[in-house]
Amino acid sequence: MGRKLDPTTHVKKGPGRKSRKQKGAEIELASFIPEEEATAKRLSSRSRKRAAKRVLSKKAPKDAAKEKPKKGFTDENSEWLTPAKRKRKLEEAESGDDSDEHWENEEDLEMEDEEEEQTKKGVKEQGKKKKSAKVEIKEGEEKEDDDDEEMVDDYGAPDGSEAESDGELLPIERAAKKAQQLKEALDLDSDDDSDDDEDDAKKKKKSDSDEEEDTVQANMDEMDAFKLPGAEESAKEGILPLDLKTIHQRIKDNIEVLCNFTKQREEGKERAEYLSLLKKDLCTYYSYNHFLLEKLMDIFPLSELVDFLEANEIHRPVTIRTNTLKTRRRDLAQALINRGVNLDPLGKWSKVGLVIYDSSVPVGATPEYLSGQYMLQGASSFLPVMALSPQEGELVLDMSSAPGGKTTYIAQLMRNTGTIVANDANADRLKSVVGNIHRLGVTNTVVCNYDGRQFPKVMGGFDRVLLDAPCSGTGVIAKDPAVKTSKDEGDIQRSAHLQKELLLSAIDSVNAESSTGGYVVYCTCSIMVEENEWVVDYALKKRNVKLVPCGLDFGKEGFTRFKERRFHPTLKLSRRFYPHTHNMDGFFVAKFKKFSNVVPTTPVVKEEEENGEAPEATVVTESPEKKPAKSDKKKKIVPGKAVGLKGKPQTNGTAAKKKTIVPGKAGGLKGKPQTNGTAAKARQAIVKPKGKKDSPAGPTKAKKAKMDGETVKGAMAKKPAAKTADESKASTADKQKKSPMKEKKRMGKNKFRKLQSLLKNEIE
Amino acid sequence: MRPLTEEETKVMFEKLSKYIGDNIKLLVDRPDGSYCFRLHNERVYYMSEKILKLATNISRDKLVSVGTCFGKFTKSIKFRLHITALDFLAPYAKFKVWVKPGQEQSFLYGNHVLKSGLGRITENTMQYQGVVVYSMTDVPLGFGVAAKTTQECRRVDPMSIVVFHQADVGEFIRNEDTLT
Repeated sequence: MGRKLDPTTHVKKGPGRKSRKQKGAEIELASFIPEEEATAKRLSSRSRKRAAKRVLSKKAPKDAAKEKPKKGFTDENSEWLTPAKRKRKLEEAESGDDSDEHWENEEDLEMEDEEEEQTKKGVKEQGKKKKSAKVEIKEGEEKEDDDDEEMVDDYGAPDGSEAESDGELLPIERAAKKAQQLKEALDLDSDDDSDDDEDDAKKKKKSDSDEEEDTVQANMDEMDAFKLPGAEESAKEGILPLDLKTIHQRIKDNIEVLCNFTKQREEGKERAEYLSLLKKDLCTYYSYNHFLLEKLMDIFPLSELVDFLEANEIHRPVTIRTNTLKTRRRDLAQALINRGVNLDPLGKWSKVGLVIYDSSVPVGATPEYLSGQYMLQGASSFLPVMALSPQEGELVLDMSSAPGGKTTYIAQLMRNTGTIVANDANADRLKSVVGNIHRLGVTNTVVCNYDGRQFPKVMGGFDRVLLDAPCSGTGVIAKDPAVKTSKDEGDIQRSAHLQKELLLSAIDSVNAESSTGGYVVYCTCSIMVEENEWVVDYALKKRNVKLVPCGLDFGKEGFTRFKERRFHPTLKLSRRFYPHTHNMDGFFVAKFKKFSNVVPTTPVVKEEEENGEAPEATVVTESPEKKPAKSDKKKKIVPGKAVGLKGKPQTNGTAAKKKTIVPGKAGGLKGKPQTNGTAAKARQAIVKPKGKKDSPAGPTKAKKAKMDGETVKGAMAKKPAAKTADESKASTADKQKKSPMKEKKRMGKNKFRKLQSLLKNEIE
Repeated sequence: MRPLTEEETKVMFEKLSKYIGDNIKLLVDRPDGSYCFRLHNERVYYMSEKILKLATNISRDKLVSVGTCFGKFTKSIKFRLHITALDFLAPYAKFKVWVKPGQEQSFLYGNHVLKSGLGRITENTMQYQGVVVYSMTDVPLGFGVAAKTTQECRRVDPMSIVVFHQADVGEFIRNEDTLT
């Protein structure tokens, strides 16, 4: 009920601006005022107040006192004006000050033109007295508004229009005056520059004339070549920071020069000087840290850079994905429209996406949402799943699944058939995964909580793997502005390292022989080359994988060369997405096809020797990959060793035989837990054996090595990262020699495992 | 993860039969492969054998959820159905209640269904019969227990409760942490 009354009370509050306008002689003028003007006024009311305050505190007392007497108004006029002030006071707290200011404005105007216009003015003022008093108040308002608009960042919007509006407001004589002012503008410019002391205060008083000066100045700037600030100026800047508008203008000019450097450069200035200034300005203006901005400057051409930075200041549109397991997009759209949601289909490339422009209800709590008919999901999150294009009946791994958006999308593409393993390293975030898969009615999912790096040991043989790697989040600055300042080189390197490990283990979890799949999709919400192309390139070198087209017909191609780095030429098959070009979060997608389960060892060795980089990853993951391919042969060849190798079957764990795979492995794994007693132990067992394998697997005759290895490496396996380069080299060298031995052992293992699982089954 | 014991199975099936009656058979014997119930962390999960096999690869403390969670056993070995079971209850439900659009929201916030919000109700519903609650557009919203028989529902005053609230889809948001 109270609400109903609200609008009326609103209207009743004092005589509104309109009512004032409509009073008396001003009706004519009101017709002159364009509507946009009015709205603009309304918008800036706050800033007007602010401005008024500032003015009050600084200049009003002195200047007003000084200048009032100068003014041509008679006593009568001032009497007339006081009531007006009061009116305004009632409406707005600080209006009293405002009115003072208006007066000042008026005075300034008139002072400047005093000589020329005095005669005219005198006459007219006398004639109009009453009218003009009000008119002038109005004018004061208008001018002040203009001032305010200037103070707010309008990002270099042209001032000309304002000047025009003033012209419209004012009687014809004013227009004439302005023409003259324009002519005088140049002189005034010089005056302004000289009067440093008066600075802001004076400018405001001079509102009209100032504006025009500004426009003129702006024009001059455009014509003039952009000049780098001298040393003293920049030193001054350090103490007194420039206002943002100036910086923005300078950025624009600077970029213009840089884009056309040979023509527009200032003689004797280096490009580097321009760049460093630009960088500094961008950092100040958009509040990035220097490191990140440098990275971004490397990625984007300058003209695009600003677009990108601007795009990061606005949020991406809210998008939802229809859950086709429960409804159709058309039905969902209808239901949501009925609830007062304003939406549209999302691009041609998606048949399930909807963009939400605005909504009268919370989109995350409608009955449709709760009953699982849709999922709130950024447009960019659709892409990796579309690239993965899971088929019905497949076994799919989502390595870092929280909060379940992509997982459920995979499930809906598979129509709830096959199996999805949704993994995430963070147990808390898994709660949302569980909630979402149940809400959306996904029934084919196993949710688990491993570190993705251990995954090939847990289970392998997936048809497809989606790796949405943890990253620095430089593509989603709009969502999380903290990224702007919180990242440094170390963070990027750390996440790149983790991504490499994860990607290798993702690749190792895939079964290349899968009839339908054998694909890995790698994606990040980062746009750093270190976290994307570099990681992909690394994987291409380390594993038998190739890049294939993502199946996305838009997006920019990945870099094949970046600064001093050269990547594999097929990297142009990967896709990059940017906020400013695609209006979705910054994103990177690459799709691999694994063509062999064999892990290339020779190049690995060389690489390791050269780089000493992440050797542990290759060593650890190697074994499971090789096994499937070789295991079959081995069985036939060397039946004998099974008995001696009791320990090893356990170690093999994941490896099993990939072709028969799942059941076999399951059995093998089951066996371990039982032998060990608790599940936790079982895992350790799995881990350790692998560590062992690595070393002993290598040497053909290396029983000694094994013995040593078992003790040493058992410990090491737990923290593989700790391995030194030397060890890894040794082990890889061993491997090369060994391959025949390995085969034998494995065959033994397999047999053993079979036996074990048989036993278990019986026991069960 | 282990199969349910005799007693647990009995308790759970009794509970389920309150909502879907004989249709429990349809849950166990499915044409599209065999499905089973497994207990993990005091919770009962319903999954196909295929997924079950796969899930055995995962150690117990790392396994968070498999298939669909139906509910959990309390410490006193009573079975409590979770909202996550709705997907399987709704298609087989014997007795249904439809709520008017105006009361949808109220029900989704955890309130009982009042006579004023009652759109439709299955004939011959007995008192304390388990019912699945739908919106008027046939979207399942939750389940509860009928507080009145269908006959009584016709006579009672608009503010009296006709369905006691047990679970609603709003819990996906409200109780996300306790679903597993």
